[in-house]
Amino acid sequence: MSDADDLAADAEPDAELRLEPIWPATRRGVLRDAAGVGLATGAYGLSFGAISSAAGLSVLQTCVLSLVMFTGGSQFAMVGVIGGGGAAMTGAATAVMLGARNAFYAVRMAGVLDVRGWRRPAAAQLTIDESTAMAVARATARSSKLAFWATGSSVYVWWNLATLIGALSANALSNPRVLGLDAAAPAAFLALMSPRLRSREPWVVALTAAAVALISVPFVPTGVPVLFAAGIAVIGGVRPVHDASHDANPDANPDKDAR
Amino acid sequence: MWLAIAVGCVGCFALKFVGYSLPRRVIEQPVVKHIAELLPVALLTALIATQTFTTGHHLQLDARAAGLVAAAIAVRLRAPFLVVVAAACVVTALVRVVA
Repeated sequence: MSDADDLAADAEPDAELRLEPIWPATRRGVLRDAAGVGLATGAYGLSFGAISSAAGLSVLQTCVLSLVMFTGGSQFAMVGVIGGGGAAMTGAATAVMLGARNAFYAVRMAGVLDVRGWRRPAAAQLTIDESTAMAVARATARSSKLAFWATGSSVYVWWNLATLIGALSANALSNPRVLGLDAAAPAAFLALMSPRLRSREPWVVALTAAAVALISVPFVPTGVPVLFAAGIAVIGGVRPVHDASHDANPDANPDKDAR
Repeated sequence: MWLAIAVGCVGCFALKFVGYSLPRRVIEQPVVKHIAELLPVALLTALIATQTFTTGHHLQLDARAAGLVAAAIAVRLRAPFLVVVAAACVVTALVRVVA
């Protein structure tokens, strides 16, 4: 690192002191939020561990997914496909496609974190919904950085601990269907997806994807209908990007979804 | 299984890492961004549909549908994640007991 970089790094906190005159209080707030978010994702981790076990993955395989893949939606999707009888590779493909959003979070965080060397893969690994959301919600670069690292680490610890507990408990059950555990994954997906259904376009894509998936189920290998659904997203995505909400579509129903 | 786990993990990490390594304008193409926003919605609904309404290669309406309705109600009431999942499990299990 050059001297100029050192100077810049030193100058930064002083400049920000004017924006955040009470750094210790801000710091406490960031750390408290990080701990809270970490605990909350522990709940997801419990269900992931249980669903993964019910899908037939071993406790070790379940824990490796949480330790290494470490992106909840993708993990749920992978074990969901496998639990539904799909090929493991189809599950992996679905997981990777769901992980695409993390690339955009990373672009956003790259500007804030300015990470090099070994910190870059570490930052990449911790780049998930929660850490990004907590970081971008902060007003200054200093608190954003702290929020990112603190939230990412807190979620990492709780997510993995909860995964282990969830996997071990579900593993102890002889027949997960008795507890309705086969309904857990769709419910988890619904909870993960619902915040995205805020306008007409995602609704149309969602309903089309569901219809295409169900129609194709009898004809293609298990898990593949979900990949067809990805095709719907691509088709929806390459359609004219000019503001879809102002599309003059005579057939459009008068916005019953607009709430 | 382990190979698929490795492929999935490497793929997911690569996507995270690429965001830190590539110039912003390469990734932030409007079309790419738009597709990335729609992908989760399409994939998750397809997963919900197939895992609730199919068994093997057949369409099937059973207790899982009741569980999904319970989950939808819980989501609508802004229940926490764990409550949504638990509601689906409990209702599905109860319907099985009654049916």
